[in-house]
Amino acid sequence: MPSRRRAYLILALLGLLALLSMGLAMTAGSLQVSSADMLAALGFGEGSGVGVEVIRGLRLPRVLGAFACGGLLALAGGLMQVLLRNPLADPYVLGISGGAGVGAMVALLLGLPLLGINGLAFAGAIGAMLLVFGLAHGDGSWTQTRLLLTGVIVAAGCGALVALILSVAPESKLRGMLFWLMGDLSQAIEPTLALVALGLLLALSLPFARELNLLARGQMQAQALGVAVTRVRRLIYLLASLATAVAVTTAGSIGFVGLVVPHLVRLAVGNDQRLLLPAAALAGGSLLVLADTAARTLIAPQQLPVGVLTALIGVPVFLFLLARQSK
Amino acid sequence: MSAPLLETRRLRVDVPGRTVVTALDLELKRGERLAILGRNGAGKSTLLATLAGLRPPADGEVLLAGTSYAALPAREAARQRAWLGQVQIDPFASTVLETVLAGRHPHLGRWAWESADDARIAREALAALGLAGLEQRQVQTLSGGERQRVALAALLTQRPALFVLDEPLAHLDLNHQIAVLDLFAAAARDCGAGVAMVLHDPGLAHRYCDRALLLHGDGRSELGSADALLTAARLSQLYGHSLKALDDEGRRWFVPA
Repeated sequence: MPSRRRAYLILALLGLLALLSMGLAMTAGSLQVSSADMLAALGFGEGSGVGVEVIRGLRLPRVLGAFACGGLLALAGGLMQVLLRNPLADPYVLGISGGAGVGAMVALLLGLPLLGINGLAFAGAIGAMLLVFGLAHGDGSWTQTRLLLTGVIVAAGCGALVALILSVAPESKLRGMLFWLMGDLSQAIEPTLALVALGLLLALSLPFARELNLLARGQMQAQALGVAVTRVRRLIYLLASLATAVAVTTAGSIGFVGLVVPHLVRLAVGNDQRLLLPAAALAGGSLLVLADTAARTLIAPQQLPVGVLTALIGVPVFLFLLARQSK
Repeated sequence: MSAPLLETRRLRVDVPGRTVVTALDLELKRGERLAILGRNGAGKSTLLATLAGLRPPADGEVLLAGTSYAALPAREAARQRAWLGQVQIDPFASTVLETVLAGRHPHLGRWAWESADDARIAREALAALGLAGLEQRQVQTLSGGERQRVALAALLTQRPALFVLDEPLAHLDLNHQIAVLDLFAAAARDCGAGVAMVLHDPGLAHRYCDRALLLHGDGRSELGSADALLTAARLSQLYGHSLKALDDEGRRWFVPA
């Protein structure tokens, strides 16, 4: 029996987990920061010095950026899984990250500054989104299969373009390109946009959460129960695409958060989107914060791309879930 | 007093390359039960989806309690009519109770959660279909017949005035076939519900329905009282196989000759 009290309790626990993971991430690093400096950096008290600078200028933005991207990806994944009625869907399945990848590669090839990379990546993501939407809409049917196939093909095309750019790119630019493609938070120095996007997109999707529950059971059933199916599906597609575009623009295509987190949360708390969407956002954010902390501390001072770590965690978890499900 | 529960005016329904019905004028009043019969592929499901307002008609209009579906918001329609589809697919895990509670959706506000009252309605519906005690089972672990009864319980939970049922007896054993038909007969008799359903057993259609609609699959259809339409001669023609009628104390059963 879905109940509001249980939902609030679970969300409070996940909120606590998010705060703890951020706290941990803030203390981890080559420089030991005293708790007085930490509090000062967060605005609780007076203080100055290198510790405060490191927290305010480096760790806090990165932690917030990681949290926002993880939350956006998990939210987008949860929405895509309902939209396609397929538990194996993820935010990238419809080619949005592919489009962003092409944009970012072009920007890196041209040697554009960070703003240019982000701008072109976002433009690529939106371009892919519009392309898939337009093509899948062609005959007006807009079925799950048609949408999925169109998205997969567009993603494959973008993958080919990315490979093409990689193969002609000069040696000196390859490392930056590869890091972008694997997902990398070291460039995420301006987390405000991603945080605002997370809050806004979550707030926009929650009013439709119960309708999403019905959509997950089938389009005709949902329609018979009073859901304006076409309108709601377009809205979810738009929200999920925007969430993915913002996350990918901020941190590159970080894998598996969007696939595994909604899954894990669904297993733990059930498939009620009213709880699942905010819970997945909190859990996804926490996971990415922890993964990024590991990425920058495991072999410090060298940094690993965080996408590699999420995939390394994600693959075995996902295989385990699949093996359990088939029983 | 008021308009019939369901009314079609000059309704034409098409499936790709073929017409299912043309110029169908149908009225279903409160408490009436209509059986729709025809061969596989005759367009019964398509017609039913049109009658439920889930598919626009090729021509003419369908009115629910006097208002055309075209002018009726989906949510308004959902409070008055329930539709049972042929297949129940559950890509995601869900308990039986949650699945049945979905029927409360049109009665809940945007931010509302299911109340204890809604849960009571859902439990009553489950009990009415002999599913009491299965509330916490995962729907994916149910048998085909149990899953079908969960879908029917969700319709009861919706509390509509009109039931549009596509093969409500699919996957059900004999015992449950009769129980389900008795249940809808009681809903029609006691609550004035209207029922339009696709049935494959003309004997059960004769026993449980006032009227019948025969779909020949080529655009021809016959509408009339169940007693007049469900005869061996007409059904033999409908199914393309010779049938024999056996009369038994006012009931009429049909067996393949």
